[in-house]
Amino acid sequence: MTEQAIREKIRGHILENMMFTDDPSRLPDDASLLEMGIIDSTGVLELVLLMEENFAMKVQDAAIIPENFDSVDRMVSFVMRSKSA
Amino acid sequence: MCGLAGFAGGVAPTPEDRLDLERMIATLHHRGPDARGVHLSPGVGLAHARLSIIDLATGQQPLHDGSGSVWTVFNGEIFNFLELRRELERDGYTFRTSSDTEVIVHLYHRDGDRFVERLNGQFAIALWDARRRRLVLARDRAGIRPLYHVRARGRLWFASEVKALLAALPECARLDPDGLVQAFTFWGPSDPDTLFEGVRSLPPGHLLALEADGREILTRYWDWDFPDAGAAAPFASFDEAVEDLRGLLLDAVRLQLRADVPVGAYLSGGLDSSGIVALARQAGIASVRTFSVTFDDAEFDEREQQQAMVRHLGTAHTTLHCTRRDIADAFPALVRHTEAPVLRTAPVPLMLLSGEVRRSGYKVVLTGEGADEVFAGYDLFKEAKVRRFWARQPDSAWRHLLLGRLYGYLANSPVGTPGFARAFFAQGLEHIDRPVFSHVPRWTTSGRALAFLAPELQARAAAFDPLAFQEGRLPPQASRWAPLARDQYLEAKSLMAGYLLSSQGDRVAMANSIEGRFPFLDHRVIEFANRLPPHWKLRGLTEKHILRRALEPLLPPEIARRTKQPYRAPDASSFFEHGRPADYVAELLSPGRIRDAGLFDPARVGMLLEKCRRGGATGFGDNQAFVGILSTMLLHDTFIRRRDATAPELRATGTE
Repeated sequence: MTEQAIREKIRGHILENMMFTDDPSRLPDDASLLEMGIIDSTGVLELVLLMEENFAMKVQDAAIIPENFDSVDRMVSFVMRSKSA
Repeated sequence: MCGLAGFAGGVAPTPEDRLDLERMIATLHHRGPDARGVHLSPGVGLAHARLSIIDLATGQQPLHDGSGSVWTVFNGEIFNFLELRRELERDGYTFRTSSDTEVIVHLYHRDGDRFVERLNGQFAIALWDARRRRLVLARDRAGIRPLYHVRARGRLWFASEVKALLAALPECARLDPDGLVQAFTFWGPSDPDTLFEGVRSLPPGHLLALEADGREILTRYWDWDFPDAGAAAPFASFDEAVEDLRGLLLDAVRLQLRADVPVGAYLSGGLDSSGIVALARQAGIASVRTFSVTFDDAEFDEREQQQAMVRHLGTAHTTLHCTRRDIADAFPALVRHTEAPVLRTAPVPLMLLSGEVRRSGYKVVLTGEGADEVFAGYDLFKEAKVRRFWARQPDSAWRHLLLGRLYGYLANSPVGTPGFARAFFAQGLEHIDRPVFSHVPRWTTSGRALAFLAPELQARAAAFDPLAFQEGRLPPQASRWAPLARDQYLEAKSLMAGYLLSSQGDRVAMANSIEGRFPFLDHRVIEFANRLPPHWKLRGLTEKHILRRALEPLLPPEIARRTKQPYRAPDASSFFEHGRPADYVAELLSPGRIRDAGLFDPARVGMLLEKCRRGGATGFGDNQAFVGILSTMLLHDTFIRRRDATAPELRATGTE
């Protein structure tokens, strides 16, 4: 899967399933999902599930940190790093 | 326990008035199936639907003082009526019945509006003073029994439930957007607001007088109050306070066992309800009849703890097993009773359980409701304590880790991912100096449901500041209270009065003509607990510390030490089977119906429905939004859309 495809998958999921909108301009790739109120108290688990189900990867507990999950850009880099590891 | 309805003031009586009273009281049949009564005289109409519990033979209502100068209809119980009666008889009053109701009219005759201060009970009262031609409405201190009122057609109308008002005043069937926004944020409308425009809920601990000249005077006769932070505790020692508390709780249970019908109890398996059952046994009920709900899902089920308690106390126990399908099937009926949106399905199993109680031949149940507010049992209080501690040193690497000790019972715990928990709980730390600090995370999560409102309503929601709104409702002295005291006050006034005692309390019990009683909400217990130093209630991160110590001798150790598990039920998942929504859910949430109702954004609701359908809704935010939207659409369908459809059959509306 290309980086672009991964990005589209992640963006599509967040827009449709967490922001409930079809307007892509509402989600800048570098915006903090926490600050925008997109992730609720358990929302990050949904993002972990998204990665594990779509990108054939296993996310370790220690990797579930804002540095890897708090924006589209960070999630894309995290997936790319995991794949190349 | 009963339903009441009526009107006062203004225009001369018409032949229609009796019909109005009969129409109103007919809608409250579920609250009082045993008898019905109406009183009509110039200036006033009173109607009553009775559930006979005390004085089965002569307790009919409306009731007057013997001379016809003071009349009342009343819903609830005056638990100290025997003591008050003895006192009034000493003062020369003659009683014609054995009911608790008659105490009200004589006490009013003697003490005027201050009569209400003498009542220990759970009540909604309408009282007509024929000599002064004034109406008095009064509601109990905690907000256990409901009382609604509205000004229309030159009169003040009142009733136990809104549906009774709408039966006489169909023009009042309009949803109030402010009530909706409040319900989506605080889990219920904030009194006096309701979900219906112009219809007001009398706040707990208040008395409303309608004078002969038409003036309305609202008085607060009681409120939760706390000592200033750091004030010396009025107790000789902790151990002495424990003994005093045990004695007080026993007396509260003893009074609340007063009834001329047998009294049962709910047994959840937690400390509070187990304690009530143990106290009932102490008070002399050898074999208490108990009831509980069980679930398929281990995340919600507490049957092991319930059975441990049943064995320990030797109660005669009945369980009602509740499936997801049961919840979906009964949800529309629930919403007809609540008359307000709900964000959780948890009231449904309690409504089904009250049906089981009724089938078992019982009319009254004691419950443990209120202990978490009075003795600081909720995780929210602990969470606020940790977040306050953390906010003093926001860079601390370990302070937030204390949060890891909370929420262990959740399958998808916010502390299950420590790296994110820190970031999540750090949100709102900037509000550290605001009195409502403790409640910011909850209101933020609930408020996510507002994003689904239709654009014009969303503008209204955006203009609503929940923090400022609740701060405006705090009494001035709250700024001097300990933080825990403020947290408790907010909890008692928002979630408890607005949701737990209403949608998850009175309404689901009365749906099956069952009266719930709440010994922890005896005002003497509340006043006692409020005087306790905060760390006797929340000790470290152990909740309800003093209550545990008071109940310890009566309970098995594993129950007395058990950490609180909140009562919950499966939410959005209840409404889908094999990926298909229940028929009425598909219909009500279809784009056409959403558009017609005009309350929500059809596209967004469609996306949420799809997410829930495929089982993707795991967090509270999505689940609460889904249940909130579905319940609001059911309310709209029941009280607005269908009423419009039948409007031609109702008589033409009058004018003010």
